[in-house]
Amino acid sequence: MTLRANLRCAAGDFVVEAAIEADVGRPIALVGPNGAGKTTLVRALAGLAAIERGTVSLDGTTLDDPTTHVPARERSVGVVFQDRALFDRMTALENVAFGLRARGVRTNDARQRARELLHSMDVEHRAHAKPSQLSGGEAQRVAIARALAHEPKLLLLDEPLASLDVRARSDVRALLGKVLAGFGGVAIVVTHDPVDALTLADRVVVLERGRITQAGSVDEIRSAPHSLYAAELVGINLFTGRLEPIGDGAAELHVDGGTIIVSCPPDITASVDGVTALLRPADVVLYREQPSAASARNILAGTIRSIADDGQRARIRIDTSPPLVADVTPASVTRLALREGVIVWASFKAVEVRPQLPD
Amino acid sequence: MSARASLPTTVKVLAAIAIAVVALPLVALVARAPWSDISRLGEPGPRTALLVSIEVSLAAAAVAFVFGVPVALVLARTSFRGHSVVRSLALLPLVLPPVVAGVGLLAAFGRRGLAGRGFAAIGIRLPFTTGGAILASAFVATPLLILTVEAGVRALDRRKEEAAETLGASKWYVLRRVTLPALAPSIVAGLVVAWARALGEFGATITFAGNFRGRTQTLPLAVFEAMQTDQGAAILMSLMLVALSLVALIALRGRFLAR
Repeated sequence: MTLRANLRCAAGDFVVEAAIEADVGRPIALVGPNGAGKTTLVRALAGLAAIERGTVSLDGTTLDDPTTHVPARERSVGVVFQDRALFDRMTALENVAFGLRARGVRTNDARQRARELLHSMDVEHRAHAKPSQLSGGEAQRVAIARALAHEPKLLLLDEPLASLDVRARSDVRALLGKVLAGFGGVAIVVTHDPVDALTLADRVVVLERGRITQAGSVDEIRSAPHSLYAAELVGINLFTGRLEPIGDGAAELHVDGGTIIVSCPPDITASVDGVTALLRPADVVLYREQPSAASARNILAGTIRSIADDGQRARIRIDTSPPLVADVTPASVTRLALREGVIVWASFKAVEVRPQLPD
Repeated sequence: MSARASLPTTVKVLAAIAIAVVALPLVALVARAPWSDISRLGEPGPRTALLVSIEVSLAAAAVAFVFGVPVALVLARTSFRGHSVVRSLALLPLVLPPVVAGVGLLAAFGRRGLAGRGFAAIGIRLPFTTGGAILASAFVATPLLILTVEAGVRALDRRKEEAAETLGASKWYVLRRVTLPALAPSIVAGLVVAWARALGEFGATITFAGNFRGRTQTLPLAVFEAMQTDQGAAILMSLMLVALSLVALIALRGRFLAR
């Protein structure tokens, strides 16, 4: 079963043009900054908004083309809406049974099925609560169960974890991981959280300003991110600017906010505009004092803006010019007494910055 | 309520005068009523007028519901050429003098009226019948329900209906299970306001349906008639209307009063 979409859709003046292909068992993360058009795209795929051009097909059936528009109610689609959109006059159980009742399943059978789903989502004990009485995590589980009850072929989750607090988020994320692993249809998860994208999905589609800027596996994107957003997402330093050869196999890269020394591709003898260069966060070394005799040609001072520690490595954002992301071990964080607001010197070798010339 | 102290005295005085002007006639009715004659309300005249009033006002509210809710949904949810013209038409009875509404209804549905001839041909007679009184009351009362429900529709969260749509619900099912339940508070408020307006209807009713005891003479018409001959009876029947209106206010309590 495959979803194939190649479409142009609009919300007001805002236009989204995208081509997406998704297969059963391989969830896609649709990521992008706020206002990139993710929700517009989801609404088009769900059939809630007509497309302007293009085609959408699911499992070989045409849902949209120049002469066809299958409305949402006739698509086999389940949507988890950004703010859940539960029916607040119905109980959790009635919410989950709704999709079956609407399709003519008898009350008792629908309720039985809804109860099983609530059970598998660990919220069966809240079956008779109204949405206003549910916690954020409980309500999200109900919303997911509701979207799954009629066994849709296409599951669209619009920021399913964004409204949750940290604790509920990791619980529901784990649950969602299980759900997606066992889901027999095509799933697309919209998120702006890298952790969601990297843990819930096989492939990542990056949408920026209404266009897909990159699509691929996380590894593919990590090795060659196409945009600053994608680089941030997979945690790679990405610099774009004018490359100025300075001899000895080195070059200056003039970027917004500063200049760094990079290795110079051998065939470059004059300055080139629009050059992108990558630096892995693990290649950045941090010092608490200004290093005096380092072999690294880039030494930048800056204040630590944030530290994210996932137990194996700590990702540190520093407001150097240009800003840097560095990965160090949690042990180093302790040894160097790194914390937010501390001034550090970050250094990296020119040979570790790999410029990529524009096509 | 924290704004209480910051109001200029003039504003408070003007408000007090307005409230007093509303309260005074009520007090006067109670004071001037011939209470010893209260049993006369049980006589066939007033009793029949009360029954006609209740029948006509409830039926008018029902008509307002059946047609007003669809109009409110169409006005709030669709856009088309002439939308504002249609909306103005739907709300016109609010500003139309009721007697003009009555004359217009006669011109349309009277025996020789535009549509009345067709109705007469199939044996339906509206002018000077209870049905005519209901039509006249509904005509002036429906816009109030439309206004209330339209505001309710505009305040609805459309995503709930979209969610229902993605769950495979037909348009009817969405309306029945999601839209109308969410609109219930607005619909109830609109019904009460429309019913109260129908209860007090005078001009359109007397013009279109006449003043026939037991058929079209509602309480306001009976009060008007009694004023010529028997002021005491008029006051007593007026108090009966006040009591009924209070029912409406109590029904709306918490919506308009408890703010």
